[in-house]
Amino acid sequence: MKVVVCIKQVPDTKGGVKFNPDGTLDRAAMMTIMNPDDKAGLEAALRLKDQYGAEVTVLTMGLPKAEDVLREAIAMGADKGVLVTDRVLGGADTWATSQTLAGALRNMEYDLIITGRQAIDGDTAQVGPQISEHLNIPVISYAQNLKIEGDSVVVERQFDDRYHVLKAKMPCLITALAELNEPRYMTPGGIFDACKAEITVWGRADLKDVEDSNLGLKGSPTQIAKASDKVRKGAGEKVTLDPAEAVDYIVGKLSEKHVI
Amino acid sequence: MDFTLRKEHEMARTLFREFAEKEVKPLAQEVDETEVFPRGTAEKMAKNGFLGIPVPKEYGGQGCDPLTYVMCVEELSKVCGTTGVIVSAHTSLCCDPIMTFGTEEQKQKYLVPLAKGEKLGAFGLTEPGAGTDAQGQQTKAVLDGDEYVINGSKIFITNGKEADVYVIFAVTGMIEKRGKMIKEISSFIVEKGTPGFSFGTKEKKMGIRGSSTYELIFTDCRVPKENLLGKIGQGFKIAMHTLDGGRIGIAAQALGIAEGALERTISYTKERKQFGRSIAAQQNTQFQLADMATKVQAAQLLVYKAAMAKATRKEYGFEAAQAKLYAAEVAMEVTTKAVQLHGGYGYTREYDVERMMRDAKITEIYEGTSEVQRMVISAALLK
Repeated sequence: MKVVVCIKQVPDTKGGVKFNPDGTLDRAAMMTIMNPDDKAGLEAALRLKDQYGAEVTVLTMGLPKAEDVLREAIAMGADKGVLVTDRVLGGADTWATSQTLAGALRNMEYDLIITGRQAIDGDTAQVGPQISEHLNIPVISYAQNLKIEGDSVVVERQFDDRYHVLKAKMPCLITALAELNEPRYMTPGGIFDACKAEITVWGRADLKDVEDSNLGLKGSPTQIAKASDKVRKGAGEKVTLDPAEAVDYIVGKLSEKHVI
Repeated sequence: MDFTLRKEHEMARTLFREFAEKEVKPLAQEVDETEVFPRGTAEKMAKNGFLGIPVPKEYGGQGCDPLTYVMCVEELSKVCGTTGVIVSAHTSLCCDPIMTFGTEEQKQKYLVPLAKGEKLGAFGLTEPGAGTDAQGQQTKAVLDGDEYVINGSKIFITNGKEADVYVIFAVTGMIEKRGKMIKEISSFIVEKGTPGFSFGTKEKKMGIRGSSTYELIFTDCRVPKENLLGKIGQGFKIAMHTLDGGRIGIAAQALGIAEGALERTISYTKERKQFGRSIAAQQNTQFQLADMATKVQAAQLLVYKAAMAKATRKEYGFEAAQAKLYAAEVAMEVTTKAVQLHGGYGYTREYDVERMMRDAKITEIYEGTSEVQRMVISAALLK
């Protein structure tokens, strides 16, 4: 069984967000982490490796430094890493990204593709389902649990107040939620192996059956006009009062701030 | 000279820091208050390979270098001194001598499960009359047929009752050296559960209160002669070699405690307001923090240098002694200043620096007091 997990290196928002003058994220200047939903997807794949001996390959698209996230995945137990990096692929939206990853996946063998539901820097949840569309394979999104039954995968698909149990024949694509599992840590020995591991690096020329018009900034139907950091809220204040006193207190505070 | 860490060391630090923050820090205060050995944490560390970091992969370890191991103890100790010493005593004092002096059979039988974390290790050298003076050993081992019969006791043993495998030292005879009769000391591997091996009192300690510190008692304890570690009479050499490595582990523990106290003091002084401004805005605070940070950095360089010496050289006792001496004294100084800068709050158990100051003290005492380290260093200078 061969599993490919698509992972993304995203900014670690705990370290603060930095922007380029044009309003796009300055990724090179920020601390990075493996996207949490993707990490849960990787853990699910590693459990299939533990249980069935699946071969796990991690695939990412990004700057050359995105190689770090592949090494982290290998230190957790993934077998191989593939980095797709090329200047012409930069500035991609979800359409161009999914076209790029599909172009890479056409060169790879897989029974199951796992992606995270969405990345914390984009929050679109579109790339996984789009890849399945390009590859013409079934997709089950928002997986909160999964198991293998013969040549099929059985997935619990999460909703707000319930879940659906869906079964799909492999090859197929699953998008994973961070709630799927608790990802394992890297191991010290795994880190040493990962730093020696050879990462396969592909550029535009290695992508299969993809038009130039569907790649990079030029191939992106959507473009970011402006991005900004969230306005930080103050620490707040907590008081314990009975309802009548609480009303007076709140009205007093609102008057003090000239809200009312 | 380039002080940049290699990629694998940066990644390892990220791993250890994340584990320490998530798994160890939330329990540190409780472990101290209740004096209960953190068994659950030890199991998690075993599962993640933390108990066999410098042991080769063919013996169940992680195949990493001493610097990676040092970083593990450092990061754990930054949040909990108890957890740091559990790893240090297990790795430096039990895995290391078996790895260095053990036969292939002993490595397969004992080192493999120790490095995998299936078993926990301990080391028994100290006796009531044999602390710094290791020659004062009273515990005896006598060969009787195919077994050694051990009688005596060991005190202040870290991982005492929780360990499964113990490296123990005992007198096996008298030998003449430079015209004087001295004790012949040998080393043995003893398993928990061996008839005649029991535990005495648990020590009630000032710091590292969750670490299980016990007296070990041997009463006609019979161990197979195959459990002799190294050659007969090689015990003193094994003990000294082991302590050279152990001192690097304790130096890393001391370093971690100092770093933890410094981190907490920086955040506290920025938050705490007196006379209408944060105490970090006071020049006294700024100068104290500058001194603390500079000493912590110097300690880190000495500790890392000792770890690199262990990786590349056969003899590293000098570097280990300097690292332990300095890091331990810095830990005591920095934690004391940290409590002072926290004021009255720092004297309460609500704040981590109170525990850290108590934890720091032992690093100046065990695995060779600061005075012993000065003896080792000066002996090398004056030889």
